Amino acid sequence: MAEIFVLAEHRQGVIRDVTFEMLGEGKKVAEALGADLTAVLLGSGVQDFAEKLKDWANKVIFVDDPKLENFNAEAYQKVLSSLISERKPVLTMIGNTSFGLDLAPALAVELKMPIATDCIGIEVDGGKVKVIRNIYSGKINARMSFRDDATQYMVTVRASAFPAPESAPGLGGAVESVASPLTEEIDYKKFIAYEEAAVGEVDITAADILVSVGRGIGDVENIPLAEELAKVLGGVVACSRPVVDKKWLPKPRQVGTSGKTVKPKLYLALGISGAFQHLAGMQASDLIVAVNKDPKAPIFSVANYGIVGDIMKVMPVLKDKITELKG
Amino acid sequence: MVDIIVCVKRVPDTSEAEVIIKDDKRAIKDADLTFDINEWDNYAIEEAILKKEALGGKVTVIGVGGEEVNEVLRRCLAKGADEAIRLTDPAFDGSDGYAIAKILSAAIKDLQYDFVFTGAQAGDDSYGVTGQMLAEILGIPHATMVTKVDINNGTARIRRELEGGLEEVDEINKPAVFCIQTGLNEPRYVSIMGIRKVSKKEIPVKAAADIGISADEVGEVGSMVKLEEFSIPPAGELAEMIEGTPDEAAGKLAAILKEKGAF
Repeated sequence: MAEIFVLAEHRQGVIRDVTFEMLGEGKKVAEALGADLTAVLLGSGVQDFAEKLKDWANKVIFVDDPKLENFNAEAYQKVLSSLISERKPVLTMIGNTSFGLDLAPALAVELKMPIATDCIGIEVDGGKVKVIRNIYSGKINARMSFRDDATQYMVTVRASAFPAPESAPGLGGAVESVASPLTEEIDYKKFIAYEEAAVGEVDITAADILVSVGRGIGDVENIPLAEELAKVLGGVVACSRPVVDKKWLPKPRQVGTSGKTVKPKLYLALGISGAFQHLAGMQASDLIVAVNKDPKAPIFSVANYGIVGDIMKVMPVLKDKITELKG
Repeated sequence: MVDIIVCVKRVPDTSEAEVIIKDDKRAIKDADLTFDINEWDNYAIEEAILKKEALGGKVTVIGVGGEEVNEVLRRCLAKGADEAIRLTDPAFDGSDGYAIAKILSAAIKDLQYDFVFTGAQAGDDSYGVTGQMLAEILGIPHATMVTKVDINNGTARIRRELEGGLEEVDEINKPAVFCIQTGLNEPRYVSIMGIRKVSKKEIPVKAAADIGISADEVGEVGSMVKLEEFSIPPAGELAEMIEGTPDEAAGKLAAILKEKGAF
């Protein structure tokens, strides 16, 4: 029977959410293709993880090797190319994460298998797999198909694009241990250590009100405008990635996938277009207000209230009106 | 001494602009968009120049596309790159990330280099694959989402950005490809004077035949994925829009925030 591989992603002893999101979606795609769903797990001392995954898939294949203790794309690629060459899954799903992006593109080239990255949708059309990718700053969806002669595909799946089922579907798959094909340590690329993020002077995850600025703030000189607004609201200034990249605010202030996940009572998104990495970090906020020049900015699809306009004009007036209403 | 090749792309800036799909649903209307060097590549070229300034060596910048790409390449020369090469051929049209990686590898394989830097992704099609695929084709290691590069003789100690603020430190031997994440340096500004100074510098142009790649390996036929059509993402439940001049809208918003108990 045809098979779909989902590569389990884990780090520092935890199976990452994207794994369950892929297994949930993978089950649907497997049904549409008439295929079995197989979870593939690589690591060192991962038998417990394999047991944990068996209710999520028709089968769990795991490769346990001390050389796979920490993620190394080179080692993972060798093991996966061997597994995929042997078992010929019709579709291989990998997270579109820092882990998956270091691994999947080179693996696909080695296997001469077409890959579509950062997919937010997977469709089966006449037995062929098609994907939806979200591009141009999140403003366009592209439906893409694979090279005509392809019979096997690889996709990387955007984290949070699919909901993880609340509980395992109880597939009770068989757990199969496969011997590691790795014969020696990879000496040209070595994992050294993890480094935790620096702790900032302000904890944005503890604030009830966040005044969050993005690229639209335009210049570091405009940051005080946001600080003044935050002050009258009794809140704290946060930001999206471009503001940290430009060194206008320190990294601990960043909301999003590579920064902090926040859930304040009020999130004011000012000049933030709403890249999915940002939305993933703030969409659970109680009340979201967005101000942006582009009426089609993705931020408006998660906001409760929106203003189409220039934040440089809106911010000072908003500050004054709030001061007025506070009396 | 360190020789670094940097691959750059010219892309439209869509972060703050409205994006409109053309009638054929296979492209966007770009007449009103501003084009510039891909943001990730801008950090990559800066990092390469910083390394050259610290260690000596040479920076070569490579772009794929028509004459309009010269503007981006010239900007890199003005920043401090030593040489630029433009790869162009009608056969390259419609290339996906894989076909671009093949084109780049064909040009790079005969050059002298210690490291190749690319952006971790491009702001237009966001494949995020070119550097890793280039490394695989060249038969050398790579790392993506790179936020720090320290080069010491034949080895680089790098940091990779993971999720939630976590980073990973790795050691990679040269030659290697690093796909650079935004934010790892502060890209320098180039003045019009600076660009004028390099305006006479010749940018060699190479076609498919010059780099020994055949037409069926590139473009749409040489790609892994095919575009079917563009659409506007379903909006979901949209925000309640507050209308009016900035003054009026800000006033209405202040009243809503008060009503909701925000202050």
